[in-house]
Amino acid sequence: MASLKALKIRIGSVKSTQKITKAMKMVAAAKLRRAQEAAEAGRPYAQRLEAVVASLASKISVSESSPKLLAGTGKDQVHLLVIATSDKGLAGAFNTNIARLARRHAQELLAQGKTVKIYTIGRKGRAVLNRQFPKNIIHSIEPGDLGKLSFADARGYADDLIARFEAGEFDVATLFYSTFKSVLAQEPTAQQIIPVAIPQAETAAVSSGAAVTYEPDEESILADLLPRNVAIQLFRAMRENAASEQGSKMTAMDNATRNAGDLIKRLNTIYNRQRQAAITTELVEIISGAEAL
Amino acid sequence: MSLHFELVTPEKLLRSEEVHMVVVPGTEGDFGVLEGHAPLMSTIRDGNLEIYKAGATTPETIRIEGGFAEVNEKGLTVLAEKAG
Repeated sequence: MASLKALKIRIGSVKSTQKITKAMKMVAAAKLRRAQEAAEAGRPYAQRLEAVVASLASKISVSESSPKLLAGTGKDQVHLLVIATSDKGLAGAFNTNIARLARRHAQELLAQGKTVKIYTIGRKGRAVLNRQFPKNIIHSIEPGDLGKLSFADARGYADDLIARFEAGEFDVATLFYSTFKSVLAQEPTAQQIIPVAIPQAETAAVSSGAAVTYEPDEESILADLLPRNVAIQLFRAMRENAASEQGSKMTAMDNATRNAGDLIKRLNTIYNRQRQAAITTELVEIISGAEAL
Repeated sequence: MSLHFELVTPEKLLRSEEVHMVVVPGTEGDFGVLEGHAPLMSTIRDGNLEIYKAGATTPETIRIEGGFAEVNEKGLTVLAEKAG
């Protein structure tokens, strides 16, 4: 049995932990609102770009001369897994879920005899995958605060990826991130970004009715658009990740605060019981001492 | 006589409004878009977007960088990497 003093110290320490988790929850809630707005504000651009790429891609036929980003390298041997996580933990299962999906994917590919390369954005993802695939990681980026990431940063990552693709380092790239559904639900997602998966959009049928003028021509526009599309997909994934991270953190910290509350209540009961027991013993001693006289 | 005009950046939807005319800096030259313009898709160069509101004589200019413009039956959409 712990002494009264030890119990008191323990209660104090749980109380200060609770204060911290409570504060973290508040911060996450405030950041979540901003991240969610940002994720939503970015959607129109991504949707329009997707529609345009779809309608352009439906107009030109994929051939040897098509841009590689659209047609691929013609092989399916070397896979690059781009894993976007956060740099910081304490966000529940957020990072673990993304890493788990990526790990499963990597194992499947390896079982099929493919070569797997890993490109991590975020320290936590690297930490998990480094344990299992230390030789496969070719590059790691630590983006810092996900909420502060600008489009220029995403553009930089995309340029790096495209340069590696053009140097023939890989044939297919898949991006792993967490889609923000709600505060309680974030879904780890895998999305192929290189070569560009052509969205089967109905919008293509709408605009093909009229003769569209292209300046310069379809192929040059597409060549300009495809790298941009990679950057946008990355940017969108980061934004989704930022919102998911905060949502996950908020839930995790809320749970932690509640658990701390329960623990404090339990410890207080034990403390009071012991204090009473000590008083009773003292009283018994005094009374029996007085009777003996 | 009004043209539906949207200016979108990766960060957010900047403008969505009815205007009279917009002059877009295309890679192959500036072009003005009025209501009922034929469908067009063009890449844009870094430059100024000129927006003429109905009745206004002096345009509002917005600096844009990188992207493209699309004109369809719904109006004009400018997707710019940077704006403002």
